[in-house]
Amino acid sequence: MSNETMTIFSPKLAARFDALVQKYPARRSALVPMLLYAQDEIGYLSDAVIAEVAARIGITELDVRNVATYYSMLRFKPAGKFNVQVCTNISCMLRGAYDLFERFQDELGIGHKGVTTDGLFSLEEVECIGACCWAPAIQVNYDFHDELNPDSVPGILAEYRGKAKAEGTVSHA
Amino acid sequence: MPRLVSHPDEVKIVTRRFGQGAANIDRYVELGGYEAAKKCLAQGPEWIINEMKASNLRGRGGAGFATGLKWSFVPKQSAKPKYVLVNGDESEPGTCKDHLIFLHDPHSIIEGTIIAGLAIGAKLGFIYLRGEYRYLLEIMEKAVADAYAKGFLGKNIFGSDTEFQVITQTGAGAYEVGEESALMESLEGKRGVPRIKPPFPAVVGLYGGPTVINNAETIATVPHVISMGAAAYAAVGSERNGGTRLFGVSGHVERPGVYELPMGYNLKKIIYDVAGGVRGGRKLKAVVPGGSSTPVLLPEEIENLGMDFDQVGKAGSMLGSGGVVVIDDQTCIVEFALRTISFYQHESCGWCIPCREGTDWLKKSLTRFHAGFGTAKDIDNIQYLAENMLGRTFCPLGDAAAMPTLGFVKKFRKEFEDHLNGKPCPFAKHVEVAVV
Repeated sequence: MSNETMTIFSPKLAARFDALVQKYPARRSALVPMLLYAQDEIGYLSDAVIAEVAARIGITELDVRNVATYYSMLRFKPAGKFNVQVCTNISCMLRGAYDLFERFQDELGIGHKGVTTDGLFSLEEVECIGACCWAPAIQVNYDFHDELNPDSVPGILAEYRGKAKAEGTVSHA
Repeated sequence: MPRLVSHPDEVKIVTRRFGQGAANIDRYVELGGYEAAKKCLAQGPEWIINEMKASNLRGRGGAGFATGLKWSFVPKQSAKPKYVLVNGDESEPGTCKDHLIFLHDPHSIIEGTIIAGLAIGAKLGFIYLRGEYRYLLEIMEKAVADAYAKGFLGKNIFGSDTEFQVITQTGAGAYEVGEESALMESLEGKRGVPRIKPPFPAVVGLYGGPTVINNAETIATVPHVISMGAAAYAAVGSERNGGTRLFGVSGHVERPGVYELPMGYNLKKIIYDVAGGVRGGRKLKAVVPGGSSTPVLLPEEIENLGMDFDQVGKAGSMLGSGGVVVIDDQTCIVEFALRTISFYQHESCGWCIPCREGTDWLKKSLTRFHAGFGTAKDIDNIQYLAENMLGRTFCPLGDAAAMPTLGFVKKFRKEFEDHLNGKPCPFAKHVEVAVV
């Protein structure tokens, strides 16, 4: 049972946060990880997430927002269930990342930071993800996919559509 | 799973346990793991620092600062607790070496952290991974938990009366946090903006305590230095550049990958021999030798270039993070320069005006230029802007943006001129770099 009686997080995550704030020499060292883990569960940093994180750390909501807006992985509106992040930085660019990004745009019918109408996918052009020697590379949420070409795109999307089906995700479309 | 490569010229020290299941603690111990930490525990701080100094190990994050010397700057007596901070924020474009260390040999990071802690008298170490490396963070967390269970970490490490704890930490997307003072800010739960130096972290660092900050590759190398002996390790490399380097070769080569080669290994051989040459038999146009912030080199500049901090420095560039990005003759350098500056513009934290404004105007100028609307004066303006960013910011991000830009403009001026007067780009398909 979490110390916060009115938590918006799952019991597991709430318990994890209880431990996290105690772990460091200073309580607010837990802030950045908490925001990311909260986003993983809720989908984005909603007002309610920011309010609870602020309360747990013991700082103002404004202070939390000030920190959160610095980090590129943190977002303030929902992404798709599967967030496709295509690296177009130099090593990936040299090996065809823009063709790959274009193919994702065509297949999904959305552009940079777009979300499909069924909420299943979102698409982002991102900076270097640390897979330069296996370029071009992408991440779908936290999963890496290496050494791709535009023809890999339908297969990758089918894989995640299959996952959503297996989990019984309801389409909003 | 990222592909592992190998070449007969490699000297496998840091990568010795790759692909051998060493993420499992029993397997790591079977392969000689944690013996170096035990030895250091017995020998004491002075011996460790002397070994590190004698090894000529220099920081693998990019600056190439002598590791032993850095550790020796930490005061022996301190009113505030001391800390070790491992920088695994690996974000320099062209760099993916730490990725493999976290994946294949997480215990070498823990063992190196323990040794650094013993050397400076710290009881707590942090291992910070970039937010995108979630699956690697999970591997590190498992390794840390296993090390605690074995008594290698905790109140009494290896049954001694010495305490050492480790905390893993995730980032959430920020290149800037790879800079050491911004890294400390991030770990303290703040925006990752840099601190002014001095004071240096060795004196006033994390939570105000003396802190040693080392790159993940440096830390993973430490146990091997101890196991091999400093003299043997130093002998592998070149003069004042001990040991090996994990070179991540990417871009237009036949066999991209991370190769562990002795310091001072010839760059031309890395491209043509180790990585199989330029892809599709094309000609080499240029090479970025150490990650996107290092100035570009021309084919004639790499003929006899040994890849160590001093030789690459003398050639007018930097060894940096060891990320070798190979560019073939079908590539537009203006587009490459634009993509590079777009990255730095996106990542500039905005704290220092020369960097914030400089990266933005460089991006605007290069975007216009590449689209065919540039003027002859723009070429000089780009150079003037970049020159005025150098050395005028708290942290090196401003330099990291300016240096490569200057290299492109100076070495490929003709190619910039070829884009003038509405002439279409002779190479590029993508006229516009999307706003990230």
